[in-house]
Amino acid sequence: MIVMETHQDHTSSKIGMWLFLLSEILLFGGLFILYSSYRYKNPVDFHLAAWELNRALGTINTLILITSSLGIALSIFFIQKGNRQLSVVFLFATIFLGVLFLGVKYVEWTTKIGHGLYPNSPRLLGRPKGEILFFGLYYSMTGLHGLHVLVGISILSVMLVLMIKKKLNENRTISLENAGLYWHLVDIIWIFLFPLFYLIT
Amino acid sequence: MRKVNYKTYVRVWLGLVILTGITVSLAGMKLGRLSIAIVLAIAAIKSGLVLSYFMHLRYETGLLFKLMIPIVLAALTLFIGLTFTDIAFR
Repeated sequence: MIVMETHQDHTSSKIGMWLFLLSEILLFGGLFILYSSYRYKNPVDFHLAAWELNRALGTINTLILITSSLGIALSIFFIQKGNRQLSVVFLFATIFLGVLFLGVKYVEWTTKIGHGLYPNSPRLLGRPKGEILFFGLYYSMTGLHGLHVLVGISILSVMLVLMIKKKLNENRTISLENAGLYWHLVDIIWIFLFPLFYLIT
Repeated sequence: MRKVNYKTYVRVWLGLVILTGITVSLAGMKLGRLSIAIVLAIAAIKSGLVLSYFMHLRYETGLLFKLMIPIVLAALTLFIGLTFTDIAFR
């Protein structure tokens, strides 16, 4: 006889993850404060520097992350319904989209570095102070965010393995839910990064 | 068990895509100072959607979950606000 647990209440675990997310919000919040301060002081330079960024790639990355959020939400939905196959498919899709995001970021960064625009490059140092600040913020904030995406991909991959091994199943979904919360936060951070860097021309 | 339908998730996703489209088109127009306000407002709406539906805050019970985001927003507003009371006068 199979007894199915229809009520799972790992509230403390979830609260723990939320507390961690709040600390991440404060981490990026500090960087956003830095951005707003420097932008307030150098509005024209920030507008000019933003022309260097590829708005199309930024938009594509935004859509990639939004869709990946849908992916993990559906993955959690289906494992809770007991449909392991679909859950695995959506989790894999989420991871794939995450990797795609990093790929686009790689293309963006390498083109910029190829143009000689990187922290402390001679070409960048020849530009007005505000533009130097813009690129410093661009590399640090999208870099830190990219690192978070990489960590998210690693965590989701571990979840994928656990799901295939059936250790993550419809009776024990809390780890996937928490991993999902982390991934959604990464999406939210990008939702703010995108307009502030790519849409201010 | 959660009472959410998977269709809700797809609708939220659609809303997010549409809002992204609106943001990008608005950025193409010359709205000056209004531009950043609108763009941030739309970003806030998108985050609100992700927080309430994808992250399940809408369905969570308990004071802690309901208060979390307002408190964080208040804290960040305070930090940025106080920072500007300084740098605005330098």
